[in-house]
Amino acid sequence: MIWDLIIAPFADFGFMRRALLGCIAVSVGATPVGVFLMLRNMSLTGDAMAHAILPGAAIGYLVSGLSLGAMTIGGLIAGMVVALASGFVARVTTLREDASLAAFYLISLALGVLIVSTRGSNVDLMHVLFGTVLALDNAALILLCSFASLSLFTLAILFRPLVLECVDPHFLRSVSKLSAITHFGFLALVVMNLVGGFHALGTLMAVGIMILPAAAARFWANGIGALIAAAALIALLSSFTGLLLSFHYSLPSGPAIILVAGIVYGLSVIFGPVGGLVVQNLPRRHFES
Amino acid sequence: MNPALTFQNLTLGYDRYPAVHHLETSIVSGSLTAVVGPNGAGKSTLLKGVTGALTPLEGHIEISGFKADDIAYLPQQSQIDRTFPMSVIDLVAMGLWREIGAFGQIKRSARERVDAALSAVGLTGFERRSIGSLSGGQMQRALFARLLLQDANLILLDEPFTAIDAKTMADLLDVIKGWNDEGRTVIAVLHDDATVRAHFPSTLMLARELVAHGATDTVLTSENQFRARQMCEACASTPHICGKDAS
Repeated sequence: MIWDLIIAPFADFGFMRRALLGCIAVSVGATPVGVFLMLRNMSLTGDAMAHAILPGAAIGYLVSGLSLGAMTIGGLIAGMVVALASGFVARVTTLREDASLAAFYLISLALGVLIVSTRGSNVDLMHVLFGTVLALDNAALILLCSFASLSLFTLAILFRPLVLECVDPHFLRSVSKLSAITHFGFLALVVMNLVGGFHALGTLMAVGIMILPAAAARFWANGIGALIAAAALIALLSSFTGLLLSFHYSLPSGPAIILVAGIVYGLSVIFGPVGGLVVQNLPRRHFES
Repeated sequence: MNPALTFQNLTLGYDRYPAVHHLETSIVSGSLTAVVGPNGAGKSTLLKGVTGALTPLEGHIEISGFKADDIAYLPQQSQIDRTFPMSVIDLVAMGLWREIGAFGQIKRSARERVDAALSAVGLTGFERRSIGSLSGGQMQRALFARLLLQDANLILLDEPFTAIDAKTMADLLDVIKGWNDEGRTVIAVLHDDATVRAHFPSTLMLARELVAHGATDTVLTSENQFRARQMCEACASTPHICGKDAS
């Protein structure tokens, strides 16, 4: 019974195993980046960047059809251009980063929708927007795993300056020249994980696996390391459960995974031990000073 | 009387609006200097110029006797995100940045110096607390511990005693005196005249332009303070292209 429900889909079907591997790669790679986005009050930046990569993927599609390489390169270029251009405008003019990012991502998104709708069919648009985690081929899996590894490696290198850039950017600038490198390196990681994620979950859902587990983890852990571990665990659990739900009930897999993550988030808000609603309202005696 | 810092016709500002205007003076090496002046006088801007965070619009800052990275800077507290989940010891240990950089590990001897710095500011036992749980005074103590570890030749403090109680201020003033006794140069932006008179031998009064610089008694006079306020109000009127420009 439990075998049939939980193990059999993965044991019997290759595409489910591939989907699981792809989701594991996306979960492990994207969630640490999501935790930092959340801690820097940049959660919506992830969403904006996800929209920004659409035209790049669309142009890649125009050039060579549903090609993994072309769409990946296109997405990376579009994401980096938007990240660099908005970061540049924010650093050299008085426009705040959120406003300049909004401006650039909206331009990019409009361009993307225009390209997809004039040249592609609706099916293609659905593919880019919602991904195809159940149809990941070898090349796509290698790409997802490479992106996840590269992302973790880069994050490990940038970790200390990135934490300082979040907590006390003026101090970082006073002791080191790494501030700008850290900022743009981090945005590059966001873009890379979103591009990897969109092959599995689509441009809109990729940001979900980045942000939702991070937001849920805030209710389970305090330290930065624990937050990242908790977020990755929640992402893995959501991927696994979401894939099973999509298998048993014939649901689209991307939204199923993100909705499970959303349910975990909802439960965390209520029952999470770190500032969750229940804990906040428990009659607890305060500590002696 | 070697100068540690020489400001040569220094103009610093944002978007062409000068916040420090044609400043021409020098800070003696090993001195303990208070920077005073009305709000908007360019005090914080001057410190940012010295750290290199702000490029001069005109003129320059000459640093003599030590390297440009041998500077420790305490920003105003409001610029630190205290909601970030970081422990006190992690924040303080970042004072070791010049030794450990972005990747180096903290060795046992360095760890002992972190403990010593925490004890010097009275925060022993707070190592594992998160920075969000500290009071304003405790946070300032932690930031002073970080400054101690930075072991810098020149120490810049931007309003170190704002919203700090008397006991904490006395303890932190002891730390500052210790730096001065060790021959380090300390520059602090301050608002409280009594503190300046009691603890800072020399004073630089700014109102975008230099009002006065010298022994505190001769600088902190009511005439100078009146003049500084007037100069700041005059600056607030409609801007025009500065006639003092060399070109």
